[in-house]
Amino acid sequence: MSGLRHALLFLGIAGLGAIAMLDAHTGGEAGAGYALSLLALSLLGWRGLALLANARLGDARRQRLADLAVPVLFGLWIVFLWQAVTVGFGVPQVLLPPPSMILARILGSADILLADFRQTFLQAVLAGYVLGCGSGFIVALIADRVPFLQRGLLPLGNLASALPIVGVAPIMVMWFGFDWPSKAAVVVIMTFFPMLVNTVAGLAAAGRQERELLGTYAASWGQSLLALRLPAAMPFIFNALKINSTLALIGAIVAEFFGTPIVGMGFRISTEVGRMNLDMVWAEIVLAAVAGSLFYGLVALAERRVTFWHPSLRQR
Amino acid sequence: MAAAKPKPIARLFAGHAGPVAVLGLALVALWYAGAVWLNADLQIDAFARAGTDWNFTDLVAGTWAQERPLLPAPHQVLAELWRTTVETGIASKRSLVFHGWVTLSSTLLGFAAGALLGILLAVGIVHVRVLEKSLMPWIIASQTIPILAVAPMVIVVLGAIGLKGLVPKSVISTYLCFFPVAIGMVKGLRAPDLLQLDLMRTYSASARQTFFYLRWPTSLPFLFAGLKVAISISLVGAIIAELPTGAQAGLGARLLAGSYYGQTIQIWSALVAAALMAALLVALMGAIERQVARLMGARS
Repeated sequence: MSGLRHALLFLGIAGLGAIAMLDAHTGGEAGAGYALSLLALSLLGWRGLALLANARLGDARRQRLADLAVPVLFGLWIVFLWQAVTVGFGVPQVLLPPPSMILARILGSADILLADFRQTFLQAVLAGYVLGCGSGFIVALIADRVPFLQRGLLPLGNLASALPIVGVAPIMVMWFGFDWPSKAAVVVIMTFFPMLVNTVAGLAAAGRQERELLGTYAASWGQSLLALRLPAAMPFIFNALKINSTLALIGAIVAEFFGTPIVGMGFRISTEVGRMNLDMVWAEIVLAAVAGSLFYGLVALAERRVTFWHPSLRQR
Repeated sequence: MAAAKPKPIARLFAGHAGPVAVLGLALVALWYAGAVWLNADLQIDAFARAGTDWNFTDLVAGTWAQERPLLPAPHQVLAELWRTTVETGIASKRSLVFHGWVTLSSTLLGFAAGALLGILLAVGIVHVRVLEKSLMPWIIASQTIPILAVAPMVIVVLGAIGLKGLVPKSVISTYLCFFPVAIGMVKGLRAPDLLQLDLMRTYSASARQTFFYLRWPTSLPFLFAGLKVAISISLVGAIIAELPTGAQAGLGARLLAGSYYGQTIQIWSALVAAALMAALLVALMGAIERQVARLMGARS
């Protein structure tokens, strides 16, 4: 218990020190003293985190809270260091804008960000994700019925997932025009292969005894698929869904580098970089990160609901 | 009656080789058909402008030989590849070997740095508890951020502080690479089971000895699995890094230039070159993995 108390003491001092440092006006020309105080506060905070990470709390709920607090505090500390260093030492804004400025930009240009978000995420990413994952799944089911296809498709799919598929972006822009369908097409191609490979692997994952049991029941292919093999494949399918949630966002944004109407997250990033408006670029990055994390989180949440029986979720 | 041995052809089709070959041929056939389908409109226009009569054979031949087709036929791409690799001097700006080397060098540099970073992070995470608790969630979260999308900014920012050319591109590859290596290595370094760790303890082995005699050898299969993923995304990272800020050379620059000037054959040949390079790099990793496994006494 005293470990926790010491941890809180260290963290409290570090936090107060941090607030005081954010208030210091160095005029962008901080000296060695400023750097040393940052270092000292960091060491204090690190010690506090170490104590907190090693603290053994009797209560399960408080333990979970402590486990959550460590990474959150670590992240806050990084943001603080970022702010203190960029403001304190007057790092040119072109190089790295401070977090406060990025936040101001997010609040100030909410309408632009919202329009970009709608164009890139709600249209290109979601449409491409659904189509790509859906077609990968269906082709995997067909391949499951036709073993010949399965033996031929699996090596090709494995090969394709190692290829730099984003490179097809210029071709898709040429075929489907500048607007969001061409980006969705890139996303479809990028998400298709992980889904195909994982679903095929998942459909083979059901145990032999269970399959033979269904065989003794004279279950048809469809029945054994619904009752046994699809549920058994779910961890693999969700793995693909999670991989694809990040791939989809990357695909849509990168495809916009090859030509878009004047809206979209990738368009905004590439033009604002050219105009050296780095705070706007960072605002888009924050937006992309939040959207990507939420997307991933939603898929992970659905996974918990659907595959609650899987050992990796059960043991905690 | 004894079961007859399957005939060679049947045996071929029972494995992977036959079906892959059939599907590959089907893809090529589909590609040719698609070229006719997609380029037909352009070709009909061209015939109409020239005022020539045409039949179906002319149409097909025409769609497979356009200068800027919507979809170039495979043989056009192959011809372009041959022309830009073998017939053009390596030092020339039009040589695909030159551009491929630019991309490959930043891929390999980024891969080496990323693999090293990933291994170091994994060692730290396995041995220092506070690192595991504070860093691990952020390493995972870092991958939900579309890092490739940040590439243009990284290039510009690093360019502003005087870093140009190879290094900024490698930084992006490094960022992409470290994740699969770190995750795989953490798993691998934790792979020795309790019995083996206890045995090391009865020998009163130090942490260093445990690491070199037990954890490191156990982790190698996981390391190579991570490295194979890492090298292919390292290549993707290098290509994407060449897109913004008008990079002069590299496969990514070829893609971008091709898309600006509507040179579809150039785009496709760059794509095929990139795909070949990715396949070769992954195969190379697999060969190294087998060699290492053999040196460590694994039986195939």
